[in-house]
Amino acid sequence: MRLDLLTTLLFFFMLATFLGLDIIRRVSRLLHTPLMSLTNAISSIAVVGAIILAGEAKDPLTTTLGAIAVFASTTNLVSGYLITHRMLGMFKKRESK
Amino acid sequence: MVAVTEFLYIISAALFVLALRWMSSPETARRAVVAAVTAMIVAVGGTLLHPEIVTYKWIAIAAIAGTVVGYPLSRVPLTAVPERTGLSQAFGGLAAALVGTAKYYLWLHEGGLNSFRMGVVSGEVILGCLTATGGLMAAGKLAEYIPTRPLTYKGQNIVSITLLVVAIGLSGLLVWDPTQSWAFPIVIVLALIFGVLLILPIGGADMPTVISFLNSYAGLSAVAMGFVLENKLLIVAGALDGSSGFVLSIIMCRAMNRSVTNVLFGAFGSVQARAAVAEQRTAKSATAVDAAELLSNADSVVIIPGYGMAVAQAQHRVRDLFDQLSKRGVDVKFAVHPVAGRMPGHMNVLLAEADIPYDRLVEMEDVNPEMPQVSVALVIGANDVVNPAARTDEKSPIYGMPIIDADKAHTVLAIKRSMNPGFAGIENELYFANNTLMLFGDAKAVIGDVVKQLSGESAGH
Repeated sequence: MRLDLLTTLLFFFMLATFLGLDIIRRVSRLLHTPLMSLTNAISSIAVVGAIILAGEAKDPLTTTLGAIAVFASTTNLVSGYLITHRMLGMFKKRESK
Repeated sequence: MVAVTEFLYIISAALFVLALRWMSSPETARRAVVAAVTAMIVAVGGTLLHPEIVTYKWIAIAAIAGTVVGYPLSRVPLTAVPERTGLSQAFGGLAAALVGTAKYYLWLHEGGLNSFRMGVVSGEVILGCLTATGGLMAAGKLAEYIPTRPLTYKGQNIVSITLLVVAIGLSGLLVWDPTQSWAFPIVIVLALIFGVLLILPIGGADMPTVISFLNSYAGLSAVAMGFVLENKLLIVAGALDGSSGFVLSIIMCRAMNRSVTNVLFGAFGSVQARAAVAEQRTAKSATAVDAAELLSNADSVVIIPGYGMAVAQAQHRVRDLFDQLSKRGVDVKFAVHPVAGRMPGHMNVLLAEADIPYDRLVEMEDVNPEMPQVSVALVIGANDVVNPAARTDEKSPIYGMPIIDADKAHTVLAIKRSMNPGFAGIENELYFANNTLMLFGDAKAVIGDVVKQLSGESAGH
């Protein structure tokens, strides 16, 4: 029964990886640094798991670990998006003189 | 309620995919951030609706604290972006490790542990912990709190691999019998130590590759968390991040002509004994006046910036030079080597910050065929990426690495602080070539002088 779940999740992982490889190859080389900070921010999606742990109030250990995880992910989320935005704003074409 | 959350997760995943697609060009890239932020808001909003959440107190406190710490981290100077990235990967790994640990003890006490869960929790905790310490180490090396030279000892690879094997072995034991809870903290400690050992032997020159690898691990930790929490959004977003790090690592390795295993275990740059080059040779040096004359009479100039330019904070002077030369009708381009800077694409960001239009930034592959027609190649703080030994000297550690063929230009001007070899500690033949003139000094001051000459000249006309 658990095998069923494992294969479903592995399917998602496999498809998303192939999709990711394909999309990332098309990213402009100019933007590799902002790409990395953007993917950093995207991986802070871990906040979703941490939120539930911190909010379930099951026992103090879970709540504490969950809250620290929320903190770590939010830090990534906020700094990752803001710095990506900041860097992308610097890429300008030659201004017409 | 849970159904609503699941549907919102689908929207969020689609937006993440679109965001990465829009990174394909600088014109659409700003949309990418909007899409990714929306995706995150949708996902977090959906999660907050979850019926299992009974209190928002700790979530709110942690989120506010995270914002307070995160904001200043987004305002760092662009030269410090690699360190920030390493730190961010460490935080990502930490979050995964903590969630995995919390889930393990929760299931252990509630009796929900089975071998599937134990397997994925172990994977998450091992990946999370090694990313956490690895990211911190990388950030430390990039910020130069830790020596950037590779730190090696005998049997290093064996020790590291043994640690990892033991950690995986103990995880296997836990999968077989999840109640052997003594083994779990040991797995955590071993994975934390492994992360440190993984980065110690890697030299400063390999940091662009390492930072890409860690990106991949951070993504994989999120994937593992997705398996633990049976959350498909985490798997999709983590896989996108993981594949991004993977593609970037491959690009970096190719740009240095190294294999992945060689970067991780090769301790590049540790070979310091270069007794061969003992004879004293002299390089020809030039003054700012010579350089200004040479540049203003050139048809085309290719500027090759390296990290030395960023260290000297010379980007804005370079921009002035670009303006002066463009005004005289000189065709100025910037040739950026894929590993220039301390992380993938770093140099492009530094030049963009100095308002250099991005259509003037050209790739190594595109500029090399044109190099023999170029009047002046101006090398600013770059070293190994223009070292012709990569093409000619089979004994050189960088032999085979693709380089920008600066030496093929009619004249080479190289700005350098001194004749000391660069980051990787390798002698550069380019500086002794017949068509090379050296401009010794701080890049910012030297370019400032050249610009002064040029603008003085134009005022005199």
